[in-house]
Amino acid sequence: MNFEFTEEQLMIKQAARDFAVRELLPDILERDAKCIYPERQVKMLAELGFFGIMIDPQYGGGGMDSISYVLALEEIAKIDAATAVILAVHNSLTAYGIEHYGTEDQKQKFLPSLASGEKIGAFLLSEPEAGSDATSQKTIAEDKGDYYLINGTKNWITSADHGGLYILIAQTYPEKKHKGINAFIVDRNSPGITLGPHEDKMGMRSSDTHSVMFTDVKVPKENRIGEDGFGFSFAMKLLDGGRIGIAAQAIGIAGGAFDLALKYSKERKAFGTEICNHQAIAFKLADMAVKLENGRNLILKCAWLKDQGKPYSLESAMAKQYCGDSAMEITTEAVQIHGGYGYVKEYHVERLMREAKVTQIYEGTSEIQKIVISRTLLKD
Amino acid sequence: MKILVCMGNVPDTTTKIRFDSEMKKLDTNGVQWVINPWDELALTRALEIKEQSGGKIEKVSVINIGKADAEPTIRKALAIGADDAYRVDADPTDSYFIAAQIAEVAKAESFDIIMCGIESSDFNDAAVGSMLAEFLDYPSVSAVSSFEFNDGNISLKRDIDGGKETISVSAPFVAIVQKGICINPRIPAMRGIMMARTKPIKVTDPVATDSLIEALTFDLPVSKAACKMVDADNTDKLIELLHGEAKVL
Repeated sequence: MNFEFTEEQLMIKQAARDFAVRELLPDILERDAKCIYPERQVKMLAELGFFGIMIDPQYGGGGMDSISYVLALEEIAKIDAATAVILAVHNSLTAYGIEHYGTEDQKQKFLPSLASGEKIGAFLLSEPEAGSDATSQKTIAEDKGDYYLINGTKNWITSADHGGLYILIAQTYPEKKHKGINAFIVDRNSPGITLGPHEDKMGMRSSDTHSVMFTDVKVPKENRIGEDGFGFSFAMKLLDGGRIGIAAQAIGIAGGAFDLALKYSKERKAFGTEICNHQAIAFKLADMAVKLENGRNLILKCAWLKDQGKPYSLESAMAKQYCGDSAMEITTEAVQIHGGYGYVKEYHVERLMREAKVTQIYEGTSEIQKIVISRTLLKD
Repeated sequence: MKILVCMGNVPDTTTKIRFDSEMKKLDTNGVQWVINPWDELALTRALEIKEQSGGKIEKVSVINIGKADAEPTIRKALAIGADDAYRVDADPTDSYFIAAQIAEVAKAESFDIIMCGIESSDFNDAAVGSMLAEFLDYPSVSAVSSFEFNDGNISLKRDIDGGKETISVSAPFVAIVQKGICINPRIPAMRGIMMARTKPIKVTDPVATDSLIEALTFDLPVSKAACKMVDADNTDKLIELLHGEAKVL
């Protein structure tokens, strides 16, 4: 066992930290309040290579490992979870999906623009009536010979507007149920794509989230990922990896709230002493720190398994469920430690608490993770 | 032309400083090391100048006087964009020693522009740049807050009392830079981090030089006394405390 990070991993973590403090923190409250997309910051992150962090250098990426990636995501999420989710969807789902399941032609055609951040990736799986029950895809991809004709609606799509490249999951053979589902690479500007209004969300307010409507959208046949009917299996494989990213985002949110609560508890006085000297607060800090440590270790183990090419489906479900739930608990306690100040926006912890909530919901709810975990345990 | 940026390896500026039991040496346990912030600004500006020079600046090198444990910090400078690095394998005992070692390398490698931060964030000597210029018999410009290459017609701005002084200078010279030289230190990009290990760090032995300073002891700052609150109406109490306790009246 080796718990030491490499020099490069530490450098990436520090680079992400420096970027977040310098470029994301100053306007986060305004972007959160007014739902402003972090356009300037996304461009800078692209220039620094964060949108191609794990992509093979032959396609223009940084070729870093999953451990570097989760360390970077955590640091960004500590300050700004909305920017972290833009990175997470782009890297864990869109870029990873094309790089690991795409044809060589698809990789050469699409990866360079994803690696450079010229195009931001989005992943279109959820539908108005298909969230956790992802097999119930109503969006139809009709096989028309040399192209597919797409009709239907996707919901809760991160980077739907600013994203340039979609990975779309849609049903080609409804009678085959989940075995009839396909995955496609779709240009966001294809004729027939329209967006619903920006969702007015509880948290992650500066990431853009929309529903996406497809009306007779033509997708060339060569844009299908994998064999005919591979789409559902592909989506599930991607989400296994995506969960590691969301777990890292969740623990970042929690870590950000913890840092603020720890600092505040050493400054704020009550009953003649700093509140950290009261056991009621000190024990909260201890509980929060243990959860953070557990969560980080789970994430790092998943990232390590993934880098080693070993199975990580069970562990990533555990990490996602534990980190999402812990993020909610830790951020709630951070608000509690701040008392009244925690309830106002200036102190950031209320925002982090709002942002934590969705980590229990998207890319598989905590309940879905428990299904994955328990079914794996009970399989034999 | 070639630029050499001198870089110190210093404790992260948020480090809680401790000394050994005899108060003679920094306790380095748990210390995270970083590029001296002023040197990091110098490096950032050097790289910007190189990029804007249209090929006239062929490379930017960094130099550190330190043992092998300074190499992660040196590699950060390489990740940020320096082309190569020099490390003189010695403990950086005092400014005179450090300047003498840098001078040897600068002379041997014929650097045209040498940039260093105005001081180090740990010992604050603010002496290496001037000493280095003396060793090399080069002009030195201190407190530089703006550096324009202008196709080789170099123009520097110095901060002086109440304003700025603009001067031109011909290479070779030493520029001792301070805040304002660039907007922010550069954050290393993924590609730079990936490339850092492939860039050379040339390690040389120090030349025999005496250190001129021996630190006798270090003292930590006295911690702030507790604040006493006095009721706004109770001026008698305030005067009594200022006179009797603080002894300022």
